[in-house]
Amino acid sequence: MRTVQAVAWKEIQVYFGTPIAYIVGMIFLVVTGIIFASGVVPSENNPFPEAALTAFFQSRWTIFFVILLAPTLTMRLISEEQKMGTIELLLTSPVRDWEIIVGKYLASLAFLVALLALTLYYPLMLFIFAEPDPGPIFSGYLGLVLFGASALAIGMLTSTITSNQIVAAIVGIGLIGALFVVDFSSDLVEGVASVLVNEIGSYAHYEDFSRGVIDTKHVVYFLSVTAVFLFLAIRALEFRRWR
Amino acid sequence: MDDQSTSDLMIQANDLTHFYGPQPAIEDVNFGVKKGEILGFLGPNGAGKTTTMRIITGYMPPTQGKVTLADYDVVEQSLDVRKRIGYLPETVPLHTEMQVTNYLKYMGTLRGMPSRLIKRRIGEVIEVCRLQDYHKTIIGKLSKGFRQRVGIAQAILHEPEVLVLDEPTIGIDPIQVVETRQLIRDLRSERTVVLSSHILPEVNVICDRVLIIHEGRIVAEDSPSNLAQRLQGVDQLQVEVGGPVQQVLAALRGVPGVTEVTHRNQQGRNIFIVQVQRGQDLRDEISRVVVSNEWSLLSMQLVSMSLEDIFLRLTTHEEL
Ligand SMILES: Nc1ncnc2c1ncn2[C@@H]1O[C@H](COP(=O)(O)OP(=O)(O)O)[C@@H](O)[C@H]1O
Ligand SMILES: [Mg+2]
Repeated sequence: MRTVQAVAWKEIQVYFGTPIAYIVGMIFLVVTGIIFASGVVPSENNPFPEAALTAFFQSRWTIFFVILLAPTLTMRLISEEQKMGTIELLLTSPVRDWEIIVGKYLASLAFLVALLALTLYYPLMLFIFAEPDPGPIFSGYLGLVLFGASALAIGMLTSTITSNQIVAAIVGIGLIGALFVVDFSSDLVEGVASVLVNEIGSYAHYEDFSRGVIDTKHVVYFLSVTAVFLFLAIRALEFRRWR
Repeated sequence: MDDQSTSDLMIQANDLTHFYGPQPAIEDVNFGVKKGEILGFLGPNGAGKTTTMRIITGYMPPTQGKVTLADYDVVEQSLDVRKRIGYLPETVPLHTEMQVTNYLKYMGTLRGMPSRLIKRRIGEVIEVCRLQDYHKTIIGKLSKGFRQRVGIAQAILHEPEVLVLDEPTIGIDPIQVVETRQLIRDLRSERTVVLSSHILPEVNVICDRVLIIHEGRIVAEDSPSNLAQRLQGVDQLQVEVGGPVQQVLAALRGVPGVTEVTHRNQQGRNIFIVQVQRGQDLRDEISRVVVSNEWSLLSMQLVSMSLEDIFLRLTTHEEL
């Protein structure tokens, strides 16, 4: 466990030690701030806005941002070590492959959660100026964190399979995006395949959270995606030794 | 090696073969390293030194063969092996964005050292590697020589039983080379060391035993001094002759037993370097040829071969 911590801590220091982190944070706040405002400030399209964060959670910009952000956070985690050769000292230290993957993954998750925590001042303002329903706000954040966690795990895998960070990011974005929208294609196939595609896609599972529903099925879905991709990343790292 | 009991041997490598592509990078490599011994791998670029070290350290498994370290199998009990090794890879890959002490602390934790011990050892290795003035410096800002020291510092931090150093003096300036060699020598009393080099004098001053590796195979194995003795039979004669250069060259080349003759003009004097087959004394024949052509034999010297020459010989000739 100490090793996992050491690996995670080193990466967290890198995240918070680089200006990129703060730039990304600022962009995130600006984008989500606009979305939030559009949801709660009365306008022509939305004359009687609700005191809720539904707009923020459901906006395709928020989702798009997570799809872009997750692989950007994870891309360097293993790729860079391969490129710089530092992986040689990492893999010859008495550290298990899963400890490396999990440690690095937790660092990226911590950074993502910290970034999402910055947006907590939106609900805070709602609570100060109105009486929002806390349920959907809590479930919305849970959904976002779970979706983010699964996206980071996918990014972890792509970072392990290539020493090129850009490739790792692009393939990651592609995979997460494809998994998110795959259920839109369920109409194209029939029967069992259609049901299956519906279940695999992330969108349907994410949607309920933003509506205030916490269904165990959806929680299990995101945790499974996370576990599967982390497992694949560990196997990919093991396989790396045999190349 | 068979007559030694395994417990004497810290490292034992049997029939190592490794393929990256269709050609083997190393083939049937066998060796043992005794506890407390300093073993040098000597060979030119591409000989297979790095490949061998990466296998010993558990970075990658060999295509064929088996290595044990402290009686643990490098592939099967990789974690036990890795706990006992300090490793300086060839390119000294370090996290360039980290401060020296933070980096060492990180490496110490990866090695499972308790934090108190890490703190104490960082102080010690910083002193041993003479990094006192740089312990807060970002690694990326250090010169190559100082990065090498950080590399050595992380390798000895956890006081490993075995130290594996891949070309520890490559690419650093001459003064730092001397210092680094001294540093390695200072470490020798405490642990088993395996190092690689393509520089013969380096291995000669540091190692107890040398393995010469060429094109993936071990072509010789001995102590540096024995190696020199075994090859004493390879003679080089330095002959000064007064006569027409081309004709002298042709005549000397015609002497049976002479393998090669080169000419050198040394301050107006004609020096001929004559390579002679092992174990033959051709001084009589050579002087007779010179005299019978009515040239003047001004001097003749038997040159004892430097280790560098032996090395060249070893790695350019198949048979030894
Ligand atoms: N990662 C690799 N992929 C393919 N070939 C390699 C790789 N590493 C080394 N080789 C080849 O294996 C041989 C031995 O290389 P190496 O062990 O690095 O030798 P040395 O360290 O003695 O210079 C060389 O022919 C080299 O080109
Ligand atoms: Mg090498």
